[in-house]
Amino acid sequence: MTLVPIQLYLILGAVLFTIGAVGVLVRRNVIVIFMSIELMLNAVNLVFVAFARQLQSMEGQVTVFFVMTVAAAEAAVGLAIIIAAFRNRETVNADELNFLRW
Amino acid sequence: MIVLGLGLLVMLMILSLAGVVVVGGIDLAGLNLGHVVFALQASLMILSALGVIVNRSPIRSALSLVVTLFLLAVMFVSLDAHLVAMLQVIVYAGAIMVLFLFVIMLLNLHEDRPAMVRPGVRGFAGFVGTLFFLGAVHFVMHPLGAAPGAATVPAGFGTIEQLAEQLFTRSLLAFEVTSILLLVAIVGAVVLAKRKLA
Repeated sequence: MTLVPIQLYLILGAVLFTIGAVGVLVRRNVIVIFMSIELMLNAVNLVFVAFARQLQSMEGQVTVFFVMTVAAAEAAVGLAIIIAAFRNRETVNADELNFLRW
Repeated sequence: MIVLGLGLLVMLMILSLAGVVVVGGIDLAGLNLGHVVFALQASLMILSALGVIVNRSPIRSALSLVVTLFLLAVMFVSLDAHLVAMLQVIVYAGAIMVLFLFVIMLLNLHEDRPAMVRPGVRGFAGFVGTLFFLGAVHFVMHPLGAAPGAATVPAGFGTIEQLAEQLFTRSLLAFEVTSILLLVAIVGAVVLAKRKLA
């Protein structure tokens, strides 16, 4: 049905990944940094699904399944860490969360 | 602000359409609905993704991300990944984003001022991003040429049946390890978020 060339999906994936990467670099709020990481994971998922269709193989979609599971686990643990850090420092600013500094 | 956003949207749509024509080597007469839908989805997705990193308020960032994830699910459907699209809506846009919103609500976060790092660092991040993007585009364009997507897929492609068959045969070990990962994540999240360990 779709005849959109795979390059466009790959470029869209690159755009989304870049936006996510820049988000991680420029934002100060830890939660927004986390959301940017989710954005990067989703960009990669898009590329996996596009290649799965191009190569007529289900393996790409299975990989997306695993990426989603890992993302869910990561979000749960990461947000728990953010809650614990907020309880100690009353902040979610990445510049002020430096208690691992020696 | 809205006018600006709409103008940007239209511009992005035109740019994406031009991209389709140039990259795909497609003449405008043969432009079909799939390309128009793709251009629309892609421009909306890029806009909402930018909304995630530009918005001062974390709630607005989260809602922007929900929009992005929904559009991505639509794109999965057009790529014949039906089960993955469903999981995208239920797991990502549903469960994970609710978790994010819940934490934002719990911590009672308001607008960040300043939301971003120092301008110098911001410029550096933009430079790194541009470099990365150009590298990725070069990598994409170089070896592949302009291969059009396959017009048809085998019957049942992307259904639960096919995905499950793959999952429970070739990826069985990874599947089982994933369940352990989820268990560890549950325990870890509970331990971390608990105020005092008894």
